[in-house]
Order: sequence, then structure tokens, then C-alpha cells
Amino acid sequence: MGDFTNDEVMTVVAARELQGARSCFVGIGLPSVAANLARSLHVPGLVLVYESGTVGAKPTSLPLSIGDGELARTADVVVSVPEIFNYWLQPGRIDVGMLGAAQVDRFANLNTTVIGSYDRPNVRLPGAGGAPEIASACPRSIIVMRQSKKTFVGELDFLTTFGFGAGAEARARLAMPGAGPRALISDLGVFRPDPRTFEMTLTALHPGATVAGVRDATGWDLAVSDDLIETPEPSDEELALLRALHARSNTKTTD
Amino acid sequence: MAEFLTLESAVATHVRDGDVVALEGFTHLIPFAAGHEIIRQRRRDLTLVRLTPDLIFDQLIGAGCARKLIFSWGGNPGVGSLHRFRDAVERGWPHELELDEHTHAGLANRFVAGASGLPFAVLRAYAGTDTIEHSATVANVICPFTGEVLGAVAALRPDVAVIHAQQADRAGNVRLWGITGVQKESVLAATRSIVTVEEIVDHFDDDRNALVLPSWTVTAVAHVPGGCYPSYAAGYSERDNDYYEAWDALSRDRRVFEEWLEDNVFQAKSA
Repeated sequence: MGDFTNDEVMTVVAARELQGARSCFVGIGLPSVAANLARSLHVPGLVLVYESGTVGAKPTSLPLSIGDGELARTADVVVSVPEIFNYWLQPGRIDVGMLGAAQVDRFANLNTTVIGSYDRPNVRLPGAGGAPEIASACPRSIIVMRQSKKTFVGELDFLTTFGFGAGAEARARLAMPGAGPRALISDLGVFRPDPRTFEMTLTALHPGATVAGVRDATGWDLAVSDDLIETPEPSDEELALLRALHARSNTKTTD
Repeated sequence: MAEFLTLESAVATHVRDGDVVALEGFTHLIPFAAGHEIIRQRRRDLTLVRLTPDLIFDQLIGAGCARKLIFSWGGNPGVGSLHRFRDAVERGWPHELELDEHTHAGLANRFVAGASGLPFAVLRAYAGTDTIEHSATVANVICPFTGEVLGAVAALRPDVAVIHAQQADRAGNVRLWGITGVQKESVLAATRSIVTVEEIVDHFDDDRNALVLPSWTVTAVAHVPGGCYPSYAAGYSERDNDYYEAWDALSRDRRVFEEWLEDNVFQAKSA
């Protein structure tokens, strides 16, 4: 195994997942790092869209916030917040949404609202932001988050963003325009929806990870694909570009 | 026509205890100076409205100005939590804070409905989420043409909207550019509005596709250079990301926060 961290593998794999996309609606943090890596490597023309209304942003360093000045300066066009959601996201114009969360369940529903009860939470999280509409309107979405029993949970404390609800047919019943999460990428592996049950199923193990280790970090009875593969190690080029991106940025964290 | 006032006078005249007050600006052009003036004048029982509460609402909440918060994403962008907001929700300090929370699209459209003179706005949103169960201003509506079930959000009409802009001319027309968030919608939805500006100019000097709010849509204009610090004004200043990162440690402790408030807000001079 080469010299790289689990976080780097997660980000590199998320960037690979954007191959073939024309445009990506980007959340801040890990999604933004992955989308910017994809744009500098696999998908040079990738249109990055941030909820601040910057369409076609081309930052050279990682923004700290979704409204950093460089996003606006480098964008093809900057539109208002009602416009970015109503005209650009809602009709499904943006191919892929990339999201993070504090909790995910087996059907890729996300919680970014509270840990504990709503009225008196143990931890009050930021809330919905743009995620619910990104996950419902984009033709497909990708979720990137670190994995543990605290984050991959049997039951969400709050359903902020709808993935596949309670499983098969749930999106169709709500007339959700997009197809839903295509991949859940953690620092241990990749999970994809089972075509029949829509349960997120382990389909790839990152270098060094084991099925037993992933099971231990999952709060539900984990389904493992019959065609489980090992994630190809990050290439020297992927790692060099990712590290250069961080080095050019004044952000101290990746999430 | 907009009246030119000092910030102190604009807040004294137009922001009252119990008001619904929107202070808008999406990461860019956040009206910090106006927020600090509201704290200095010790307004109470406000319903504060912002898509992204950001540090300015963390400060207003910690200072005890807010009874209720209407919002859609309450974090310190790229850094983490808003600790004064969390302390209010998790432990009721300095007092309980009522919440009405939305998605960005939902709250943006509440402003659109308010600005449009409509009772509600329609969007594809909230389906299947718990957020819909906790807000009295979200409902489903059936399309009369297709029968589709869609999300509806109640119009929001603040008593007063406060924004920061790059420029006003001498007639009080206001001009802003870059990331413009929901500033236009919040001003047009509100009964009154206060705009702080970086600069007052004789003429707007080019025809870039900037957003202009005509003087007759604005109640008061105050000249407050740097009035959006530590956020930024495109063409005038850069976002102070170090301040945002430093706020994380500073705001965790009630006593440290109160000292900060005393030194940096109460003892600071009104603009």
C-alpha cells in the first residue's frame, strides 16, 4: 500500500466518480475538494455550480465558504439565490450533486439537522442548506463522508435530505425528478444502491480496508456485493494534484 | 426616496423591539456593522431572518436580541458550528430561541413570494423530509393544471430588511454586484429597508449587469465603509477567513464571548 491517507483515497475516488459529468452542484468541504480535483484531472471542462449562485466557477485554490470571492470572480455567470435554485437546479440542469452529511442510513437518507431530539438536541447541526433539493433534482447524486457507527446509523435522528426513503419505489411515489444517490463514498469503501432493494451495498473496499472493518463501522446489517472489488490505489498524479490543491489553499481542514 | 441617515439613526428609527428583521447577504456583503448597531441599541424579541445566520446572527443571538430565528443553514462556513446559536438551541442561553427552518430554496422562495405580493410560492421541495413536519410555513399544494403535489412556502414580509451594498448615488439609488443572494427580494418584500454602502458616488460609472435598487424602493441609506467586515464587498475588500476561523474558539465560551461583545461592539463607536 502506497503512502496516502484514507481521506485522500476518499477524495480521489469521489473525483473519479465525476467522470462523464458535465456539471456538478457542489457542497462545501469534502465535496468541494473532490469536485475541484475532478476538474483539474478527469473532467477539465466540468462546470462547478455553488449555491451562492456562481455557475462555472474555476477556483485555483479551495474556497473556505461557498461564497468566497474567487468563485464569483472566476464564474461564467453569477446569479441570485432564488435563480440558482429555481432556474438552474430545480429543472435538473445540473448533472450531479455532491453532498456530505453528519449521518446516513442504509437507504442513503441524510441528516444534517440535529443529533438527539429536535426540540432539545444534543448537537444542533447547521440544517438543510441546499442539500434536499440537490438530492431530489439532480439526475444523480454522490455522497462523501467519513464512516463510523456514529455516522453510518441504523436510524437517523432527523431526515433532512431524502435519498431512497424506505427503499424501492419511494422516490417514484414522491415524484422525485432525479434518480437519487449513485454512490456513497467513505474513507473505507464505496456503497451503491442495490438495483432491486435500493439499499446501499458495499461494492468496493479501499486499500487496507476489510469487510469486517467496514461492518464494524456500519450501524446496520451491512449488505456486501457479490462483485466486491478493491479500489485502485490513488495514482501519483491524483495525489500530487490533490496535495497541490490543498497547498494552494488557506483552508486548514478538509471538511 | 431613500433618506440618508447615520447608521445609528437608521437603526434607532427603523428597527424596533419585536420586529421581524432580515439581514441578508449570502457570504458576500453581510451587514455586520448594522447588526452590531442593533446589538448596541439593545433591541429585544426580534425575529431574525437569514438564509445563512453566519457569525452576525451568532453575535445577535448571543447578545440576547433574538426571540426567533428563521433560517436555512446555520453553520460557520468551512469551519464548523455557530456556538452561540448552538448554546441557545441546546441549552437555552441566554434564553430560548424559537426556530422556523427551511431549505435554501424554500426560504429564498418565501422572500420571492413576499416581494411578489403573493401569499405563497411553489417549488419542488421538502418531499419526504422531517423538515416539513417542524415548520408551520411549509405545506403541500396540488397543481390545478397537472394534479402534481408540490411544495408551498408562506410569503415572508419582514418589517425591515437590512443589506450592505457597494455603492449608492446621491439620489439614494443602490447598486451591488458579485454574489447578490436574496438582497433584492428581501428589500422588496420588507415594509422598510436600511442599506449600508461602501461608497457614495456621483454617478454609477459603468453599465455592468449590476443589481440596482432604485431610491424609491429603499427607506434609508447609511454610508458605512467596511460595514460588511469580516465578510467582504467585491471590488472593495476580501473576506477575512482568519476571523471566521478564530471565531470558532472565541465563541465557544460564554464569558469569552461576552468580553468580546463588550470590547468590540458595546465599546465600539457607532458608524
